[in-house]
Amino acid sequence: MDAFQAVESVARASYGRLVAYLSARSQDVAGAEDALSEAFRCALETWPKDGVPEKPEAWLLVVARRRVLDHLRHQKVRTDAVLKLRLVAEEAEKPSMFPDERLKLLFICAHPAINEGARTPLMLQTVLGLDAARIASAFLVAPTAMSQRLVRAKAKIRDAGIPFALPEPHELPTRLNFVMEAIYAAYSTGWDDVAGVDPRRRGLAEEAIWLARVVVQLMPGEAEARGLLALMLHCEARRQARRGQHGEYIPLSRQEVTLWSSTMIEEAERALTEASACRSLGRFQLEAAIQSVHAQRALTGQTNWEVIALLYEELVCLTPTLGALVGRAAALAEARGPMVGLAALEAVAAESVLAYQPYWAVRAHLLNKLGRQKEAQGAYTRAIGLSEDEQVRNFLIEQARSEG
Amino acid sequence: MQYVMLTYETEAAFDARSNDNQGTYWGAWQAYSKALAEAGVLVGGNALQPAFSGTTVRLRAGERKVQDGPYADTKEQLGGYFILEVSDLDTALDWAARCPAATDGAIEVRPVLPMQ
Repeated sequence: MDAFQAVESVARASYGRLVAYLSARSQDVAGAEDALSEAFRCALETWPKDGVPEKPEAWLLVVARRRVLDHLRHQKVRTDAVLKLRLVAEEAEKPSMFPDERLKLLFICAHPAINEGARTPLMLQTVLGLDAARIASAFLVAPTAMSQRLVRAKAKIRDAGIPFALPEPHELPTRLNFVMEAIYAAYSTGWDDVAGVDPRRRGLAEEAIWLARVVVQLMPGEAEARGLLALMLHCEARRQARRGQHGEYIPLSRQEVTLWSSTMIEEAERALTEASACRSLGRFQLEAAIQSVHAQRALTGQTNWEVIALLYEELVCLTPTLGALVGRAAALAEARGPMVGLAALEAVAAESVLAYQPYWAVRAHLLNKLGRQKEAQGAYTRAIGLSEDEQVRNFLIEQARSEG
Repeated sequence: MQYVMLTYETEAAFDARSNDNQGTYWGAWQAYSKALAEAGVLVGGNALQPAFSGTTVRLRAGERKVQDGPYADTKEQLGGYFILEVSDLDTALDWAARCPAATDGAIEVRPVLPMQ
């Protein structure tokens, strides 16, 4: 392996651990990131000449830590003397094993004091090392605005003195939920993409799954974290089946089940079983359970819509998101007929679905089943107009044409 | 705030306006306009005739220079525009991403300069 590859692989594997460790001590995420990027630059200069050190991570950590200290020394403002002393004392040690502080960093990124729109981007940047431009593209935000958002969030961490510590036990469920929501947002952003179709988003789904694994690994007793992992693995298992040979969109009901990844489904099922052993049901476990019922089709050839509808009922009670409300309506329609499904759709506030594509697609489908073709066409048109994905748009145009 | 979306289309898209694909092409655009209107964000807009139908005028040292064709000879050409009334740039970008021309062309989103 050449020096450049070595730097790259350390960056990929250890970036988050290094930033977390450094910032947990200096209380300054932005400073830790700067110091680390200087250390990486240093490595790129010296490793090709002197060879890759035996412990590349430790080498980077020593260099970055020195940078953090230099920076503190040069600061005109008074730094906490105790903090400085602790850092100086640590600098004398040779780090061979440094503790994994990533979980603290995840909690900080998803802290209630951080603007909600900055939580996921902050995680992607500090824990995974994605650059601001790529994050901006993935979230469909102007790059300068995204950079500002990230800078502001890091300033807030520093200035508000958000502690680098795990939340108190009584705060933990709420705080963990913020972390998981941020990870799920990262996944959903990368979800629609088929590998290679949209370079903006490639890998974001994988990164999110990787983050969920980190949480499960560091908090093995948390049922919802396993639920989140199970949910994402179930969705990820169908990636190959979601598109046809020419990239055309294939809805879940028409997917070729042999294209689903059985290894991912098995892992998802294991995670869900382990979660249910913890006996604390939550949103992510319910969503994973819904996907688990869909996955049964690979074995039985059937979809038990009644069970799915019941799971959605539970989900809507817990978190009545638009996605859950529309999913519930679709499941009710399959289980108990289009009239029941349509009634569930009608109960959703009209104001909230003005730009929500799935609502209109399901509505069109149900109106068509009820023989209300004219209204169905209108709803199809809305769904087509709200589609961001060209293949989904074409699929709906085709549907509308064949049913009109 | 008001934003203008300038939609830039490929040659293939301009061709699709009148070939076998036109049903899909116009269907997508009509649906998109409808979605904008029914979401209550559309202020106005127009589709434009293709770039070759444009005429560009310049005055240089008192002399008129008139050219056939568009202002700039680029691969993707201005195909139309929408004026939106939305709360912020993020929302405008969401709408831009849903525009049929976003897939192979490009959408430029610009805030309108309010006039006193």
